[in-house]
Amino acid sequence: MLKTFKIGGVHPPENKLTSGNPIEILPLPKTVFIPVAQHIGAPAVPLVKKGDAVKAGQLIAKSSSFVSTNIHSSVSGTVKRVDFQADSSGYPKQGIYVDVQGDEWLEEIDQSKDLVKTFDFDSETIVKKIQEAGIVGLGGATFPTHVKLIPPKGMKAEVLLINGVECEPYLTSDHRLMLEKPDEILIGIQLLMKAMNVEKAVIGIENNKPDAIKLLSEKAKEYKGISVTALKVKYPQGGEKQLIKAVTGKEVPPGGLPIATGAVVNNVGTAFAVYEAIQKNKPLFERVVTITGKNVAKPSNFLVRIGTPTSELLEAAGGMPENTGKIISGGPMMGRALASIDVPVTKGTSGVLLMQKEEAKRDTVLACIRCSRCVSVCPMGLEPYLLMTLSEKQIFDRCESNHIMDCIECGSCSYTCPSDRPLLDYIRFGKGKVGQIIRSRNK
Amino acid sequence: MSNLFTVSPSPHVHSAETTSKIMYRVVYAMIPALLWSVFVFGLDALRVTLIAIVACLAFEYVIQKYLMKIKPMITDGSALITGILLAFNVPANLPWWIIIIGALAAVGIGKLSFGGLGSNIFNPALVGRVFLLISFPVQMTSWPVLSEGEVDGLTTATPLGIIKEGLTSGTPVSQIAQDLPSSTDMLLGQMSGSLGEISALLLILGGVYMLIKKVITWHIPVSVIVTVAAIAALFWLIDPERYVNPIYHILTGGLMLGAIYMATDMVTSPMTPKGQLIFGAGIGIITISIRMFGAYPEGISFAILIMNAFTPLINNYVKPKRFGGN
Repeated sequence: MLKTFKIGGVHPPENKLTSGNPIEILPLPKTVFIPVAQHIGAPAVPLVKKGDAVKAGQLIAKSSSFVSTNIHSSVSGTVKRVDFQADSSGYPKQGIYVDVQGDEWLEEIDQSKDLVKTFDFDSETIVKKIQEAGIVGLGGATFPTHVKLIPPKGMKAEVLLINGVECEPYLTSDHRLMLEKPDEILIGIQLLMKAMNVEKAVIGIENNKPDAIKLLSEKAKEYKGISVTALKVKYPQGGEKQLIKAVTGKEVPPGGLPIATGAVVNNVGTAFAVYEAIQKNKPLFERVVTITGKNVAKPSNFLVRIGTPTSELLEAAGGMPENTGKIISGGPMMGRALASIDVPVTKGTSGVLLMQKEEAKRDTVLACIRCSRCVSVCPMGLEPYLLMTLSEKQIFDRCESNHIMDCIECGSCSYTCPSDRPLLDYIRFGKGKVGQIIRSRNK
Repeated sequence: MSNLFTVSPSPHVHSAETTSKIMYRVVYAMIPALLWSVFVFGLDALRVTLIAIVACLAFEYVIQKYLMKIKPMITDGSALITGILLAFNVPANLPWWIIIIGALAAVGIGKLSFGGLGSNIFNPALVGRVFLLISFPVQMTSWPVLSEGEVDGLTTATPLGIIKEGLTSGTPVSQIAQDLPSSTDMLLGQMSGSLGEISALLLILGGVYMLIKKVITWHIPVSVIVTVAAIAALFWLIDPERYVNPIYHILTGGLMLGAIYMATDMVTSPMTPKGQLIFGAGIGIITISIRMFGAYPEGISFAILIMNAFTPLINNYVKPKRFGGN
């Protein structure tokens, strides 16, 4: 029996069109727009101004508090201006436009392909380097990694879980990274283990990636304390709480931090970024992005500089298909629909999915027939039908007492509803309101 | 920008499941039992079923369009199910005008007066049936005699009716049993009863189909049947001359039809598996109580309707297990 989480979950069609396509380097764009807020927490503060010359890897915006990260230039060239542009949220965000000239990297970055296996850093140095390199959770949550590595007082990490689940349909960036950079990932994991002072790390990979499971299991034998666990394919297994449950059997208490179970979760992409940051002195300024969709001429996995406009990816994938109705940054279950193809790739962009017009359309909303499918698929043990009604009627005290804040917004309820009811839309609204109420009460 | 894109919150994909697909699967599940009733009761069974279906669809259309002034939803399959279930719950020789009154009670009172599909508290078909049972007790309890697959105009009692009458008059079970069908006949459906309830085997077959297609879960049917069987067995073991073998309670009357097709109605049953087990057990207790100690020979319709009323209460107290909670 393969391990998995116990309650809820769905299995949408996987559509991993690009799992066999090696990672290609995307040609440099003419201009990049690098937002200063690509992470959860305070935006970074720009350090450059119009006309400044920058190199790839150069710090251009500085972390402004503990929960924040540094932003580095992903290209060499001239700062065009510091301005606002809409990111994947649809809201204008501050960022730095850089006109690309050549491709000059900071000298201290080791650009060779040689694997650097050994390291001799203490945990504080590793955490500091991770913080300086601007590393955030690359699975999509973009929580600053250094914050995760320092447990709150009185708590101790026992195990590092590495998320290689990639449960979102279509996306293959983590899968390709595991196949092409296994040693780098494993060294990155060792660095993270050292940073957290834990002896054990487990890589969780869903069973639809047997090649990655096999490769990493074999390679992991050379690295002390690291093992691979194959997981049954079920969405949302890549959710932090679900992954911890699947691998360790422990449940994060409601409102609690994952560390309460002794586990800290990091993505395989993050582990790779940690390797590059520490062993190669390379800050986080590029990442693997899957560009895919049923009508895309050349669905691919690209290594992309942060700040590259989505339009460049589209062009490299054979242009925008005629019938495109929706462009999603991320996967189809939790990704964000983009209003424009000018939106830049950021640290959290794991993929770009193009949907056809007919796929993009939502069906007519019908009456709830109380089939209880939403209840049975909810991985948090909630009652989405009830939360939707309570949110709709604005009965927020009962939203709270029915644990609306536990919702991880995985979308399994809306996905599965036979009456096409927009359950998650209403639950998000209710969550927002209940969050406000809780904050004002705690003041 | 050359193109306008749809911008909506996630999720951006949807399962292929739809409400009407679920409804039509219930319809398919009932077809074997319907065919059997045509075989046993002749074309009368088809006549009753068609009248019930047409009447339910017509009332749904007219009430939605002219009284509620909303877009009629007669193609969603729910009124079709109500029609078939109503027919399944009445004798095959019921006059056409009574069927139409039953359809009006089912769709008009049972369903649309509450706001339509999803808002009704009680199972619409059962509202119709109970309305008819109380209003037309004679016609609703005169079952056609089976004779070589033909209905000859005479009427008879159902096995449960025979048992009830016998026990009330003080006849011992061993004597009553001579008038009852054999176990095989009960399983296959060679006995008298309401149009769609007679063949336990074919009803179970349809139930298995619905289980495989995930229209229903096992919780309600199993808890209803197990509860009825357990209580009936207990009394039978205490005094087999005053209480019949539990096999009669399981295979005759509307137990299979009720447990598999009507108690499982999503709209009127609880949302969690645990709630469904409580709901099913409640139906079982009330059914067997009416059958053994009540005035009516059969009690499943009343039992389901009573437990329907408890469904909101069960939903309020029986919650799914919260992730990370106790």
